[in-house]
Amino acid sequence: MAASAAAVMEELRGSFREGRTRPAEWRTAQLRALVRMIEEKEDDISDALHADLAKPRMEAYLHEISLAKGACMFALKGLKNWMKPDKVPSAITTFPSTAQIVPEPLGVVLVISAWNYPFLLSIEPVIGAIAAGNAVVLKPSEIAPATSSLFAKLLPEYVDSSCIKVVEGGVTETGALLGQRWDKIFYTGNGNVARVVLAAAAKHLTPVALELGGKCPVIVDSNVDLHVAAKRIAVGKWGCNNGQACIAPDYIITTKAFVTELVDSLKRVLERFYGEDPLQSADLSRIVSISHFKRLTKLIEDKEVATKIQLGGQTDQEQLKIAPTVLVDVPLDTELMTGEIFGPMLPIITVDKIEESIAHINAGAKPLAAYLFTKDKKLQQDFVSNVSAGGMLVNDVALHLTNPHLPFGGVGDSGTGSYHGKFSFDCFTHRKAVLIRGFGGEANARYPPYTAEKQRILRGLIKGSFFALILALLGFPREKR
Amino acid sequence: MVESRAAAVQELRARFAAGQTRPAEWRAAQLRGVLRMATEMEAEICDALHADLGKPKTEAHVHELSLIKSSCLFALKNLKKWMKPQKVPAKLMNFPSTARITPEPLGLVLVISAWNYPLLLSLDPVIGAIAAGNAVALKPSEGAPAMSSLLAELLPRFVDGTCIKVIEGGVKETTALLNQKWDKIFYTGNSRVGRVVMTAAAKHLTPAVLELGGKCPVVVDSNVDLHIAAKRIAAGKWGCNNGQACIAPDFIITTQAFAPKLLESLKKVLEKFYGKDPLLSADLSRVVNASHFGRLKGLMDEEMVSDKIVFGGQRDEQQLKIAPTIFLDVPLDSAIMKEEIFGPLLPILTVDKIHESFGLINSMAKPLAAYLFTRDSELQNQFEGAISAGGMLFNDTSIHLTNPYLPFGGVGESGTGAYHGKFSFDAFSHRKAVMNRGFAGEARARYPPYSAPKLKILKGVLEGKLGDMIQAILGFPRGK
Repeated sequence: MAASAAAVMEELRGSFREGRTRPAEWRTAQLRALVRMIEEKEDDISDALHADLAKPRMEAYLHEISLAKGACMFALKGLKNWMKPDKVPSAITTFPSTAQIVPEPLGVVLVISAWNYPFLLSIEPVIGAIAAGNAVVLKPSEIAPATSSLFAKLLPEYVDSSCIKVVEGGVTETGALLGQRWDKIFYTGNGNVARVVLAAAAKHLTPVALELGGKCPVIVDSNVDLHVAAKRIAVGKWGCNNGQACIAPDYIITTKAFVTELVDSLKRVLERFYGEDPLQSADLSRIVSISHFKRLTKLIEDKEVATKIQLGGQTDQEQLKIAPTVLVDVPLDTELMTGEIFGPMLPIITVDKIEESIAHINAGAKPLAAYLFTKDKKLQQDFVSNVSAGGMLVNDVALHLTNPHLPFGGVGDSGTGSYHGKFSFDCFTHRKAVLIRGFGGEANARYPPYTAEKQRILRGLIKGSFFALILALLGFPREKR
Repeated sequence: MVESRAAAVQELRARFAAGQTRPAEWRAAQLRGVLRMATEMEAEICDALHADLGKPKTEAHVHELSLIKSSCLFALKNLKKWMKPQKVPAKLMNFPSTARITPEPLGLVLVISAWNYPLLLSLDPVIGAIAAGNAVALKPSEGAPAMSSLLAELLPRFVDGTCIKVIEGGVKETTALLNQKWDKIFYTGNSRVGRVVMTAAAKHLTPAVLELGGKCPVVVDSNVDLHIAAKRIAAGKWGCNNGQACIAPDFIITTQAFAPKLLESLKKVLEKFYGKDPLLSADLSRVVNASHFGRLKGLMDEEMVSDKIVFGGQRDEQQLKIAPTIFLDVPLDSAIMKEEIFGPLLPILTVDKIHESFGLINSMAKPLAAYLFTRDSELQNQFEGAISAGGMLFNDTSIHLTNPYLPFGGVGESGTGAYHGKFSFDAFSHRKAVMNRGFAGEARARYPPYSAPKLKILKGVLEGKLGDMIQAILGFPRGK
């Protein structure tokens, strides 16, 4: 296992050293090939997503295929600009000189993907790695096996496999890969494995991007268009892989006065979306595995939790299906309320005044996303200023990830680093500072033997004094011969 | 009274949670406090640097005090701008919406400093942490004890000691600090301890900036102004704490044909700089301590290397002084070529053609800085394309760190992350994505039950087809 990981690494290092991944033409060719792959194999991709997750075709298209294609197109459009050095102002201290920041690839990078958006979360980081000129290994999640084998089969048909490789496998293979020295590791998943990844990376001082999760809160004020809010919350929760999404709403906070209305609205919207028997709806993803199914059903088994169910709760172990389930005021020390749910349960916490919700969120770990529904501008302002999260969205859910001009990533326990758009390019890039001087502009004051006069001139120079610069360049203080 | 470490961290946490470090006024007041300290306490600071390192006053002023002051001034000047949210284009697909990136502090920051520039490498990161609105604990290096106690004594007099704390100590204290949960760790030092820091940070998923080192190569072509090149190399090597600097030239590569001329020029320059007996010059820092002195002595005295000395070699163990020492063509497998020298020893390696230097450099770990002296712009371009380093400088050494518009940091073994100027602010900030929508702009096509017509409209919207966008907003497909 370790031997094959070493062999992969050796081949990629060789390819990178030869400079194969550096030219813009190569990068462009790979990205164009990925676009072709997405267009030509759209049906195969949808089928794999359906096999792995019973993902509805609409979600497969909207949330994975179209976003992946969009990322390729955005990178293709921006690539030449992104690759250009950035000229920056020169300092008086180094006059005359020119200064620039030159982006260069880090080298050979490892992308470890997740199972819930197994196509998108594999392709999008890989797009960034390629655009930035790296060689890359993709390790798709073994928990989405159909998508994993699809990658292993398709990628070599479209891209340069001497520089872009797929390595399939589970814990053992991932461990073997992590034993190699990478120039960057990009991991999407949960906090426990993230710690393992970080500890392995530390041995080689490898920088890491971690896209993790958390409990994404949704604050719902009473000053809202309730029907629209309910639809948006519902589609962000159950319309995203049936809640198995890192930025899906995990729980709601609303006022005691408003909760009944909110629950009624959600009820109506859910019936409209999924019909009277949601377990029969083809528009709901199933739970990915029996292990996650058991984890989720256990969350609502406990009597003190089960009695708080307002709607839903139906399960079908054979189909691995769980219906959208809404609960109110579940005790805060239960597993449901302390761990990231990653499933179709949506607990609602009630408070007296909506402002209390901010303190409640801040008492927990920083989430990947935080949401607020309100028309109240002051509440919006307080929310943005006082709640820390990877990203924030007011009056909608999940959409912010579709804007390539916004960095997508976590903070604290929800992760480190970000990507999407140019941030993907930056994620896999070293920004090399380059200062160019000629042999003019000699400042005698710089050199030993040190004297008080020289020191005065140099201090003036660092202060940015133009006069000091002139003195320095004129060779002051004059040397004694 | 020295508060306990646990109490100190707890206070930092409480003060940050209470929002004390957020307002621009607070941040500006702290930066002005640091500036005042650097101005009013110059004499004390120079004395401490002299006690710790025998650092010449000029270097103390130019490399530490002045840079700290200009760092404060740069941050003060730009603070309001840096704190402002940055509007970004909104995607048509999300119409109507607004999008921006809002910088916010990470929270509690730990800065672990180094001994060679003990003022600069302590305060420069702290300046960034303060500007970004964090609470910060500074652990100065115990390798520079006079500066460490000076900082512990002075900082609380000039800044808000409830949110900015100095915690002194050695390995034991640092380890205990690393077990706490920080929101960011900024470490300057060597790669061995860098690994320890990163491993400790992993437990809490804490991101880290690591400013490490490496063997900074200087490639010297024959197409140069030799006298100027020699002066600049010498100033960057021995004029920077006598070679004990992360970006000091570690070794030179030049052609066999040119080496004698370069050597002659360096000898002349060194005599001009430090006189006939460098051990007596007040302009040379001493070696920081007996342990490093022993290490450097070992590098010099190694059998396959000791006969390659072509200049210098004098040492005074009592004074912890080593003279500028140049070697010619030491073996690549000698200790002096395998580890970062961090001292006044300068090996010159020779090659047939100058281009061979590229392969040699690339066979080693990526350094913090790489230097090339040449007038040949084609050679410069090739060097820039072929060599990866934290930073690069053509026709000079070290001074790129004085430009606040250039990110200062390493890559690979030389580190991760960057700072200086706005990069310091960014190093300690979280860039939070914020999107605002209203309740208008409802697209019915978005919602279950999914259908082929809905999919068709959304596909069109995603491809930017205006007609489909209009349909989506007008509520197509019409529900039954």
